[in-house]
Amino acid sequence: MSITKTTHETRLIANSMRHDIITMVSKAKSGHPGGSLSCTDILATLFFTGVMNYDENDPSSPERDFLILSKGHAAPALYAAFHQLGWVRDDELGTLRQLGTRLQGHPDRNALPGVEVCSGSLGQGLSIAAGAALGFLADAPEGAHPRHVFCVCGDGELQEGSNWEALMFAPNHGLSNLTMFLDLNNLQIDGDVRKVNSLGDVDAKLAAFGWHVIHTDGHDIERLHAAVEDALGFSVAPTAIVCDTVKGKGVSFMENEAGWHGKAPNEEETALALADLDAERVQIEKEA
Amino acid sequence: MAKRATREAFGETLVELANEGVNVCAVDADLAGSTTTNKLQKAYPDRFVDVGIAEQDMIGVASGLALTGRIPFTASFAVFGVGRCYDQIRNTVCDSNLNVKVCPTHAGITVGEDGATHEMLEDIGMMRALPNMRVLVPADYRAAKAAIRIAATTPGPVYVRMGRHKVPEVYDESFVGGLPYAGVLREGSDATILACGVEVAQSLAAADILAKSGISAEVIDVFSVKPLAEDVILSSAEKTGRVVTVEEHMVSTGMGSAVASLLAEKHPTPMRFVGMRSFGTSAPGDVLLEHFGLDGAGIARQVEEFVRA
Repeated sequence: MSITKTTHETRLIANSMRHDIITMVSKAKSGHPGGSLSCTDILATLFFTGVMNYDENDPSSPERDFLILSKGHAAPALYAAFHQLGWVRDDELGTLRQLGTRLQGHPDRNALPGVEVCSGSLGQGLSIAAGAALGFLADAPEGAHPRHVFCVCGDGELQEGSNWEALMFAPNHGLSNLTMFLDLNNLQIDGDVRKVNSLGDVDAKLAAFGWHVIHTDGHDIERLHAAVEDALGFSVAPTAIVCDTVKGKGVSFMENEAGWHGKAPNEEETALALADLDAERVQIEKEA
Repeated sequence: MAKRATREAFGETLVELANEGVNVCAVDADLAGSTTTNKLQKAYPDRFVDVGIAEQDMIGVASGLALTGRIPFTASFAVFGVGRCYDQIRNTVCDSNLNVKVCPTHAGITVGEDGATHEMLEDIGMMRALPNMRVLVPADYRAAKAAIRIAATTPGPVYVRMGRHKVPEVYDESFVGGLPYAGVLREGSDATILACGVEVAQSLAAADILAKSGISAEVIDVFSVKPLAEDVILSSAEKTGRVVTVEEHMVSTGMGSAVASLLAEKHPTPMRFVGMRSFGTSAPGDVLLEHFGLDGAGIARQVEEFVRA
């Protein structure tokens, strides 16, 4: 069975995941903290609010829903979620990006159960997700809910043209069992997505392609949960949950700074980052 | 003797496999009539997906279908179905070791009239460079049927290179091939001709011409370029002491360079490489084979120069 926590509990889990992300990337001395922190609440909602079907005791359980992390550089966020589930051991967190690790720089299905497909070359996840959703839709017994496929994409990633092939394909095949999250943090390596090569009105573009579009706060667990419930109940078209997010969310000096896309914090910065997260945790606990 | 193109075996064999209960499906990119996957579409509409003119999506969708337990075959012209989506084949199919079969048609110079942009001459090199990928280059219609069957029953990525050019029959119905497989089609003592694809029949014709000049050429079909049937190739090289590779592909990265690597390491042997060294051009396939020295007469001429040198 998948785990179902309250919104408050899930916020605490997300805080622990952010703690893991900083710890892992800091120890590895390389990695992508900014985009990992921006999609942490999305992953926490999927894994811990009861919307995604999986078996916490078996990452390869046969009837599980799929999660495909198309923005594979956010691997630390995925590993942090797996750590919460016990799929990644405590002693593995320090092995990120090191020789022999299951925690490869980008997710590797050959190394780590729970990773559905190797990702990291941007613009490939959505087509894979669509193909899997197509298969699951055909396999679903009459009247039964097909297995669902969730795909997490970055906003800069949508500059890859291949995504638009998949964005056209999925609605044309009625893939209502496919949900894409767009982690709209507005930053890419070279700066502001809107300046480098703007996506324009992405909600309107997705809707014009035939997607069921929900725009929400990508750091509000309750609203994210409601959006996924909406997607799961929508039986006509695939759903795109466009999430306003903050790159580096939760670490004051990383927030909205493109420079933290692919840079590890040094020892001093790590201490500051963890202090921010500890303060956030105290705040969340107070709000109980 | 009936001439048939290797592509004619493709859709037909997929239908046979589906009839036998093998969980194959096809993902095409707007060329189902040309690749012949429309035969599967007609017999089993629910085993066929057309993504439109979107080769990157084709490989991604096939990868997703493979994750659901199906055995997807992707189909397009080789120049698009490999070149346009190489990153997807590398990073999704091969790195994840997915059960996807990349099976384009219209490879090589014999595409003919469509000209250089449509004549894929680098695909063997691109595919054999990838870990986990196996590479089959069938010589005729029967060999193509065998290659599709091997692809369907071999777990993991397999590449099958097919063409539109009608070639003479090399094999009868009993041919099953293998992985690896290389077959000695004609024994000889002065030189070994290693050929693949449409060049197998051309090389057999070259051996007939050479025989009239008193040169005894051994002709071997290199059915699997990766892995190579090393024993067959090495023993022939040891016997004749001269190896000529023939392919409608760039010599820089093709079957010939795979053979050269093998021989350099295990039994250094003087070699000649018959193949392409430039982009192609427009003309009927047979005219192009002659123009680029890839027909029987052209191959015979190059082998004779080598033997008499």
